[in-house]
Amino acid sequence: MSEENESSVFNMLKKISDNIWEVPMDYKPGMRVPGRIFVSEHLLSILEKETIDQVANVAMLPGIQKYSMAMPDAHLGYGFSIGGVAAFDKEKGVISPGGVGFDINCGVRLVRSNLSEKDVRPRLSKLLDDLFETIPTGVGSKSRLKVSDAELDDIFVNGVQWAVDNGYGVQEDVDHCESGGNIPGADPSKVSVKARKRGRPQIGTLGSGNHFLEVQYVDKIYDEKAASVFGLREGQVTFMIHCGSRGAGHQICTDHLQILTQASRKYNISLPDKQLACAPAQSPEAQDYFKAMLCAANYAWVNRHVIMHWTREVFENTFSKEFGDLGMHLVYDVAHNIAKLEEHTVDGRKAEMYVHRKGATRAFAPGHPDLPEDYRDTGQPVIIPGSMGTPSYVLCSTKAAMDISFGSACHGAGRVMSRKSAKHELHGEQVREELGLMGIQVRASQPSLIAEEAPAVYKSSSEVVDVVHELGIATKVARLLPMGVIKG
Amino acid sequence: MDNRFEYLEHTADAKFRAYGRSLEEVFENAAYAMFNVMIDTSTVAAEISHEIELSSEDMDGLLFNWLSEILFVFEVESLVFSKFIVDRIEQDEGGCRLFARAMGEDINLSKHKFGTEVKAATYNDMKIESTPAGWMIQATVDT
Repeated sequence: MSEENESSVFNMLKKISDNIWEVPMDYKPGMRVPGRIFVSEHLLSILEKETIDQVANVAMLPGIQKYSMAMPDAHLGYGFSIGGVAAFDKEKGVISPGGVGFDINCGVRLVRSNLSEKDVRPRLSKLLDDLFETIPTGVGSKSRLKVSDAELDDIFVNGVQWAVDNGYGVQEDVDHCESGGNIPGADPSKVSVKARKRGRPQIGTLGSGNHFLEVQYVDKIYDEKAASVFGLREGQVTFMIHCGSRGAGHQICTDHLQILTQASRKYNISLPDKQLACAPAQSPEAQDYFKAMLCAANYAWVNRHVIMHWTREVFENTFSKEFGDLGMHLVYDVAHNIAKLEEHTVDGRKAEMYVHRKGATRAFAPGHPDLPEDYRDTGQPVIIPGSMGTPSYVLCSTKAAMDISFGSACHGAGRVMSRKSAKHELHGEQVREELGLMGIQVRASQPSLIAEEAPAVYKSSSEVVDVVHELGIATKVARLLPMGVIKG
Repeated sequence: MDNRFEYLEHTADAKFRAYGRSLEEVFENAAYAMFNVMIDTSTVAAEISHEIELSSEDMDGLLFNWLSEILFVFEVESLVFSKFIVDRIEQDEGGCRLFARAMGEDINLSKHKFGTEVKAATYNDMKIESTPAGWMIQATVDT
């Protein structure tokens, strides 16, 4: 970034502490609350001005509580910035698809094993080939799991429980998903025929872009106590799945964005950006979107669950043992594009509000009733995927997150280079070779995709995670290094 | 560089400007620009014609619907396109309507060279402008 950009960004914001920067109310006319951007000085110096504009835009929406926030991995999005978090009063606030995004309940899940890096390394190449063969990836890929319309309804309403009831995974998996992999209140009658058509053939497909399945190993433990509660130890092999609700979610957002664009006019809500279309939280338009959005959220949990099931099967075949004997337990699954009705305390008053997280991970405090029993005293695992060549992290939530960020943390490293520049400046085959030298094998349908998602296009995941750790929103538990990755 | 469209910088998504002598032509080129994010359209033959008719309250909505509809047909019908023909765009008090054809063929993974998956069209920083030189559309698609 140029020096000019640096000075202008710093002049616009008020420094609250080392990692907290305020977007003042007079930054843009019409802001109802200030903005809060959680970044280090260095991360701020590489933030686009437009990202700050997006934080300010969200601050103009009716019923917003406390601050319009951006997590340390914030970057330019559409509507909300990526890394944007905002809570709106249940009665006087709004619900906006722009605060969730098109890939509803895009998220990550982490599965551990009792295999060591040494067990897996010699068989890695074949393992990745088999995973790439088994898990449908890439543009236009279809699943071998075919569901009927009635089953799709069941998936929309019951989420991961549907998968377990139908032979995918085991009951203990359900407890280790955020919200039990199933948010109540989903209503399939609010989902269009188009969204159903797109969703039906795609359950158990990874998709494209930044989505991946990665085989990793635990390279460092920061917090022995929390690590042992999450079942993590040094040298252990894990795998991570990053994907969302595929065409079903994209279409549900597309459909309801049009309805809410008209609703914004009907309810006289002035919008700083058309992509922030919204309606009063209790209006039929907002509630219809919310109920359809929950269908996509539940669908996404099933999607990751089925991919996990097939991955366990590939490990079973490779190591000639049942996945239970391989210790392949689900550590946790978190959503990072979602809106939820949650209880938070603002100005000493407990109230329900619609928390929107767009590229942000929920990080609920220890003791919260939504946490599974075995983690309740310790805290919620917060899973932060890195990019292809960089580490991923497991963190543990703290009480502070509830006060600072409505129980939210970052969701990844955050891009710094556009796909366009990446394809121009980097070459897929060369990136593949460089990763190979680092011991990381890649399987991808297109070399250009490797360039687009190369380590150089992302901020350092370590730097982003350090801000979360220093702020005390969540603290570091373990670092995971990639061994092999499959991508669309 | 194709003079029908150009790509702009956007950190996470794909942003472009399309140009045309008429409103119909700029809609054609906007669809072409979006499709070129997803696929090398020079590998796609224009063998099948898929008819598309759409309406919306306003012109921004019509563009959003147009780009969204092409993505829907691509995914559900497994068709890829290399040519878009917008026969007519109508605008009156009742709203806007578009009558068009998308030309392409069935997806063939061994022949077609895919790029970045486009998840959806967006309204972000959307512009439809008439200039002395013709029409210009600016759009951002979620990738």
